[in-house]
Amino acid sequence: MTETQKILVLHVGLIALLFALNFILPAYHHGNLARVMVLATYAIGYNVMLGYTGLLSLGHAMFFAAGMYGMALSIRHLGFAPAPALLVGIASGAGLALVVGLLALRTAGVAFMIVTLMFAQTVYLTILLAGRWTRGDEGFVIQQHERVLWGIDLSDPSSRYLAALTLFAICLFATLNLIRRPLGRVFVAIRENEERARLLGYNVFRAKLFSVVISGTISAAAGASYGLLFGYAGATFATVQYSIFPLLWVLLGGTGTIIGPFLGALFMFYLIDLSSGVTNAYMLIAGVALVVLVMFAPQGIAGELRRRIWSWLP
Amino acid sequence: MSVILSTHGLTRAFSGHVAVNAVDFTLNEGEIRALIGPNGAGKTTFVSMLIGRIAPSAGRIRFEDQDVTDLPAHLRVSRGMAYTFQITSVFGQLSVEENVALAARRRLGRDRVAVRAEVEHALARVGLTDHIGQTAQDLSYGHQRLLEIAMGLAQRPRLLILDEPTQGLAENEIAAFKTLIRSLVPDTTILLIEHNMSVVMELADRITVLNFGEILAEGTPVDIHANPLVQNAYLGSG
Ligand SMILES: Nc1ncnc2c1ncn2[C@@H]1O[C@H](COP(=O)(O)OP(=O)(O)OP(=O)(O)O)[C@@H](O)[C@H]1O
Ligand SMILES: [Mg+2]
Repeated sequence: MTETQKILVLHVGLIALLFALNFILPAYHHGNLARVMVLATYAIGYNVMLGYTGLLSLGHAMFFAAGMYGMALSIRHLGFAPAPALLVGIASGAGLALVVGLLALRTAGVAFMIVTLMFAQTVYLTILLAGRWTRGDEGFVIQQHERVLWGIDLSDPSSRYLAALTLFAICLFATLNLIRRPLGRVFVAIRENEERARLLGYNVFRAKLFSVVISGTISAAAGASYGLLFGYAGATFATVQYSIFPLLWVLLGGTGTIIGPFLGALFMFYLIDLSSGVTNAYMLIAGVALVVLVMFAPQGIAGELRRRIWSWLP
Repeated sequence: MSVILSTHGLTRAFSGHVAVNAVDFTLNEGEIRALIGPNGAGKTTFVSMLIGRIAPSAGRIRFEDQDVTDLPAHLRVSRGMAYTFQITSVFGQLSVEENVALAARRRLGRDRVAVRAEVEHALARVGLTDHIGQTAQDLSYGHQRLLEIAMGLAQRPRLLILDEPTQGLAENEIAAFKTLIRSLVPDTTILLIEHNMSVVMELADRITVLNFGEILAEGTPVDIHANPLVQNAYLGSG
């Protein structure tokens, strides 16, 4: 098999496996996996910046929330149907990413992290201040009858699972395609050596801006879908915690790998789920497990797979 | 003979220390020019301003009859300048092929066949064909220097600026390098910073000597070799 074939087999195989699980899994895990796939999509978006372009953002919750609220507010206040509401959510995230990118990319390194953090705080506070429409911390529920997309009731578990899988598959293959194209190769060049990339004639600022917009758009798609599939929008999703989650998932799963975000999100979801069944100090167990993983697999799960067995892993 | 690049009063100070001082410099199209001078003379600083890595404190730069002083580096490159680093600066984690492909792709775009052909051509010219699949950081130091040069070639520049390219090369590689550079002119103009005097004397049409950030002398290899000022400042007893 050529490398391209191996790559296709692995990623198509993953999607096929997830599809098959829809018919096999018990209800509890079935619901979990639907949630994990949407969160993994969020992590895929995050990974475009961190893993492939070397840009560490501490404010990605703003894009997730922009998607979620763009979708949810247009259903609640404008009476939109789910499909246009999703588009509004995605467009909100893309627009926000463009503005944030234009401003934040004037900085680099730690300053960039802080600027993204500040922007995300601003978005969070805006959601709280606009409580009249967003109902602030409390958030609001999107009713079942508002969640029927093209005749499919997204509150039905199987439909919801398949919708989550569709979103995940689209974003997975879109990023896989992206990093094999010239634009994606320039992202990697910037990650590896920004000055060299510039002196090969690449417009580094513009490439980074593309990266931020693509990343923000995917994250917003995840946020909009999350709200629609699980029927709720709340300010929690705009907090710092939700900016840190994708960072952890990506680090755990393997930065700069296509399947890493999924593996990381899945691993951490079940880690917290299992340990919270055992003790109240579940965050402690999760923390210890993280430390162990970082010590023994510093490149994350998929990074370790690439180092040991699958050197071709993209 | 037309002028491809010129500077007027080009100056750069680092917190008070003037590394390049009001340099007026002219480079003719199609020539091989060597830029020599003792360590710390300001050679790297000077060419870094030409390519746009460092902003000048004062002065202007013209390239192919246009003022490029305010252009960002990537636009100077797309107008036909290329620079290879004194301190090897390849993409360490990427393959040799991808390193050169990145250099070629800016010009050739998404035409994979053309990019691959350009990569093979550039690697063949520096003798790295057998290393195409290797990770760049696994190459020996000398081979990383050759990879730098291949990346410069794959850009097909009008003006190629090489900052101490032969540092770390073996004798036979230096001989091959000389042949390679000769084969590039006159289509490509060469500005070569070099400490190895045999390379300078054999390759250069003209030599510019930089000392304490100023041009000390300029002329043919024979002139420079005989110049007492240069002998004092740089060549020692000659
Ligand atoms: N970024 C910088 N900050 C401060 N001083 C600098 C910087 N870059 C260069 N210099 C100083 O400017 C002077 C010229 O340095 P430059 O690197 O241009 O010399 P060079 O002629 O290339 O020397 P070499 O032959 O050792 O490469 C030196 O005194 C150096 O210490
Ligand atoms: Mg130097």
